[in-house]
Amino acid sequence: MLAHDVLVIGAGLAGQRAALAAAEDGAAVGILSKVHPVRSHSNAAQGGINAALNPEDSWESHAYDTVKGSDYLGDQDAIEIMCREAPAEILALEHLGVTFHRNEQGRLGTRAFGGASAARTYYVADITGQAILHVLYEQLMKHSEVYRYEEWFTTSLVRDGDGHIVGCVARNIRDGAMELFAAKCVILACGGNGQIYNPTTNALICTGDGIAMAYRIGAPLMDMEMVQYHPTTLAGNGLLITEGARGEGAHLYNAQGERFMEKYAPNKMELASRDVVSRAEQTEINEGRGFPDGTVALDITKVPRKRIHEALREIVNVGRDFAGVDITREPIHIKPGNHYTMGGVKTDVDGRTDIPGLYAAGEVACVSVHGGNRLGANSLLDTLVFGRRSGKHAAEHARNHKLPQVSNTVVDDEERGIREIVGRDSGNGRRVAQIREELGRVMDEHVAVFRDEDGLLRAGETVQRLKEEARNVTIDDKGTVFNQDLLGAIELGFMLDNAECVVVAALERKESRGAQFRTDYPERDDDDWLKHIDLSLDGDRPAVTYSEVTLTQWEPEERKY
Amino acid sequence: MPDYSLKIRRYNPESGQPAYWQQFEVDLPAERSVLDGILRAKYDQDGSLSIRCSCQAAICGSCGVRINGMSRLACNTKLGEAAEDAPNGAIVVEPMGNMPVLKDLIVDMDAVHWKKVQRVVPWLLPEGDPPDREYIVEPESMIDITQSMACIHCGACVSACLSMEVDPEFIGPAALAKAYRFVGDPRDAFTEDRLLDLAEDPHGIYDCTHCFACIEVCPKDVAPMNQIMRLRRRATSDYGIKDGNNGYGHEKAFSDLIEKYGLLSEAQLLPKSYGDGSLIRAQVKPAALKELTAKLPTVIRGLRSGKVSPKTALIHRKLKDQDQIRRMYKEVESHEDRLELNLYIVGDSDAEEEGTMAEGGQEG
Repeated sequence: MLAHDVLVIGAGLAGQRAALAAAEDGAAVGILSKVHPVRSHSNAAQGGINAALNPEDSWESHAYDTVKGSDYLGDQDAIEIMCREAPAEILALEHLGVTFHRNEQGRLGTRAFGGASAARTYYVADITGQAILHVLYEQLMKHSEVYRYEEWFTTSLVRDGDGHIVGCVARNIRDGAMELFAAKCVILACGGNGQIYNPTTNALICTGDGIAMAYRIGAPLMDMEMVQYHPTTLAGNGLLITEGARGEGAHLYNAQGERFMEKYAPNKMELASRDVVSRAEQTEINEGRGFPDGTVALDITKVPRKRIHEALREIVNVGRDFAGVDITREPIHIKPGNHYTMGGVKTDVDGRTDIPGLYAAGEVACVSVHGGNRLGANSLLDTLVFGRRSGKHAAEHARNHKLPQVSNTVVDDEERGIREIVGRDSGNGRRVAQIREELGRVMDEHVAVFRDEDGLLRAGETVQRLKEEARNVTIDDKGTVFNQDLLGAIELGFMLDNAECVVVAALERKESRGAQFRTDYPERDDDDWLKHIDLSLDGDRPAVTYSEVTLTQWEPEERKY
Repeated sequence: MPDYSLKIRRYNPESGQPAYWQQFEVDLPAERSVLDGILRAKYDQDGSLSIRCSCQAAICGSCGVRINGMSRLACNTKLGEAAEDAPNGAIVVEPMGNMPVLKDLIVDMDAVHWKKVQRVVPWLLPEGDPPDREYIVEPESMIDITQSMACIHCGACVSACLSMEVDPEFIGPAALAKAYRFVGDPRDAFTEDRLLDLAEDPHGIYDCTHCFACIEVCPKDVAPMNQIMRLRRRATSDYGIKDGNNGYGHEKAFSDLIEKYGLLSEAQLLPKSYGDGSLIRAQVKPAALKELTAKLPTVIRGLRSGKVSPKTALIHRKLKDQDQIRRMYKEVESHEDRLELNLYIVGDSDAEEEGTMAEGGQEG
């Protein structure tokens, strides 16, 4: 058995930030991830990180933009905390070595981003997430007292008889050894569930493991219906083109050459919030004004070439390597695509879930600061602020608690489950990829930008059938070393739990708010639906309850961009 | 849809069997990636086929492999293009080189790459307490080191590095590019110490043989060798570090000889290198004499193979238009600032025309 005061599961930005914060406060920390930390999906955040750091800007303005962006479903106390703490977080990162873009005076420079009333996005070219992730990993290499378990796959969380979290069971991917990790607290930081959709901008590892594991031991999930479709993804493979492109001045056109955002958001145009732009694009496409490949055009040639190379270099590469387009010279075809999980494990502003000792931070969590729609460049901020707060709180919690006694029988249980999967005769059931691909297609067809009851019911039925089929899914690899086939089967189970919760919550919310647009309930309905939808495991199905949205100083009003 | 054949090197450490080749046929369009092909084979035919992969967008750095012998990311190599280079029509996919294979296409990067990254003290070491606000630095300096920050640690350069093949202890292209990220960072207070450390290490910056392989294979245009050369220029020109490996002396001798003859004088290179560029000093410096004696077998091999002859050793041939070479030296040395090529920094859009260096040699 391995033991730590604080065990962090997931080593992207939220996880690494949490681990460093907990270690700084004296906790013995272990950080565990199914991939090497620099492979984490935080890498993919291109555009930047928001903070009201300029003297002319204010945290209140940032908070208001975030509240409005969330379509008033975000909890305003949490949003206030995030926006107040943002400037210090940026400065701390700068001091650690992040190579943030500078203005002429050598001070931190900003770019414009969607849904924001000031240019408050700090950035490193268009590799901001990667740059921050790598700098945090530098700090982990420096602070060798934080114990790293790289390429370890967590299969389940463990509670004791009193309901406290006591650790987890994980598999060393390299040799297949199953180990019990005892911990005074566990911080989940293992990202979102984008892989339940196909296509998605999300990496193959984003299979909602943390959300499913927390749900399975009784932690409530919140706002699972809120799934962000990013306005600019490549058709086919779903690759991301940063919002930074529009922030730098790129325009959107339909096939008739119209700058269609004039109709939908006359003031903010391309820089309206993401749900608004994605709906506008999808409307153009659905009404026949898109290109034959089901896209509209993003024209980056407006941006000076020198600036593109300095600030959007990754997008030059993505265009060249993945679409065969030189974005400095011609428009690129894009469409809305699955991008971000606004919902997740319900937490308070210190990352605490309803299970004592269990924390969650980053995309796996729902605090909620993003509500119905996340603003661009608020996700990195969310991971860092709430990663740090979780780490600090967990370290404090660890000081006041003893290391729990955990019986090794939980490992036996997990091993039995794995032997059962490995022992199935191949050929008797469907393959992992078959189920996974069908799930992705059905989610993208029925639980996307526009939804209605018919489609959601159909998606729900499919997910139920796939859950049945997944019980007999067969794999080829019977070994212990890097058995990715087996991990795929376990991830599939996590994904199906996630998908079920998304569909149930989307059916439940009979209104249109943020990313949830119900064509059968096209209006926002504050009287009945200004509330969170909470889901908890009841038997083998999610049971629905509601919780209040915290309002502090901003009353809901009509949302215009 | 066209059929593609993938010939994949398989290895399962649990089987007790040596590595072997297995061929898979996949039906995918030409513009899909080799990774898509491998995953198709894994998903539909053999789930035990193992490769690390995640983002499928060339940002996570997981899927470094060798395709038709070239170190690349499987996710940004198109099937159609790989098939054009494929011997006998089958795209050959192998694990990366210079690193131990764990299973199929998965190599142990910890034992080689990450250990070396750790070696270069890969974290910022500023002087004293941080300021209340941000450090104020030249805007260009941040863009400059962003080229090194763009490294995704895929290992392609490590796999392709010829020096590492000869000296497995060579710190290597990726870790040295990481080192430049701190040396080039004006916020770091240990620039000279870092340079001294890397110059004095027998497996450090002078272990690179300037073969360009890492630049050719890097999927992110980090140009690791360029970063190594910048470390050398910083070490020598800016800090005058004369290292114990004679890297400085060798470079000076090399450059001086070209300036003088336009052609390399092999016979003079060795003694001049050990005499900090001076033939006379090489004769009187005891350490240099010792090194030279140790190099006698090399000299004999050179004589035997005809690379040097007693005649060319004494009277070296000059290039016909040697003045032109001298003019180039003068021109380069007349610039106050060193001109460093950086792909993040290009000229103004008006000044840029088709097919310039600024496009990094990539197809427009």
